[in-house]
Amino acid sequence: MTTALIFVLSVVALLQFFISYCRSVIAATVTQPVSDQVREVTGIRDPEIDGAEFARLLQLARLCPESGKDRARIAAVRAYYRLLSVFRTISGRYIPGVVSWTERELSRCAHFAAIALDRRINYSRGLMAQQLSS
Amino acid sequence: MSRTLEFAVWFLTALLQIGVVVCAIRAKSFLQFFPLNFYMLVASLFTIVRFMVLVKFGLASSQYFYFYYYSDALLTICLFFALMALFAHVFHEMGAETYIRIGAILVLGLISAVSYFVVRQAQDQMLTHFVAKLSQNLYFIGAVITYVLWAAVRKMHETRTQLIQLVLSLGVYFSAYAASWALAVIYPESSMWKFGPYIMSLWLPLAWGYTFLKIPEGARLATARVTAAAR
Repeated sequence: MTTALIFVLSVVALLQFFISYCRSVIAATVTQPVSDQVREVTGIRDPEIDGAEFARLLQLARLCPESGKDRARIAAVRAYYRLLSVFRTISGRYIPGVVSWTERELSRCAHFAAIALDRRINYSRGLMAQQLSS
Repeated sequence: MSRTLEFAVWFLTALLQIGVVVCAIRAKSFLQFFPLNFYMLVASLFTIVRFMVLVKFGLASSQYFYFYYYSDALLTICLFFALMALFAHVFHEMGAETYIRIGAILVLGLISAVSYFVVRQAQDQMLTHFVAKLSQNLYFIGAVITYVLWAAVRKMHETRTQLIQLVLSLGVYFSAYAASWALAVIYPESSMWKFGPYIMSLWLPLAWGYTFLKIPEGARLATARVTAAAR
């Protein structure tokens, strides 16, 4: 009984710490606006990006050459996105307030992916410019 | 988990632990977070020596058994002091470092005493039982103290991003360890829980390395933006 209680408390604490950690990683990018070039490439017009766009934005980011600087951050946010999706599926039916919160969080993840895509586009343009100049 | 994968994780852990120290030196944060870096240095050293002991004497040998438990206890004590150093950082402006140091020693003494009273009935290998129990208790207290520290960070509106991320990653580490321990007790025949410590041994150096490498010392973040409560 005590062990089961320890397990439940540990999992609750683990989720809380992990969610806060991922939010601290995302927080740095949320203040940055999505550039016009990303909006042009993706066709996204709304100021707030729909959470469902996350996978497509990451796929586009994968097409660009990577500098290796954002790999760990993307992996952490992807794990967070999956966790949120599962959380929404499981608890959304029973707790309506959770749905709007998860939608907001998924949108933040998509925003993060858009910024990551923007960085990679800039990186690949920089590479191309270097090759052309040499 | 296959033996090859186990060894690969082992080496990767040691490399990442050394990587944390390198990142901290590069970011000029080595001395600022010395107890954390000292823990990573000792952890990498023990990871390498553990592997050497394993290769020389084998997994079932008493040499490996003793080295594993004694080194784990020392590492847990180092991690406990690293956690206390984070406390000192958070309460730095209040000038409470001395009280935190005294408090840390008192808590460690109390946990040691409790661990001794729990294992004093053991007839043989009393010291080994003691170090194993001490290590286990420190993990649980570590989890509780990290939770208290996170509450203090939120209450005091701490904004240093480096500090926030170091505390949060330590919270993930301790709570995952506590969860995997509880699973091991509930389902002793299952091997699922054994993955927990492997993943966590990679998590902490990865998260700390990322913080030192990517987060500038002056970066600020409002804690209200990272708390997990649904609004």
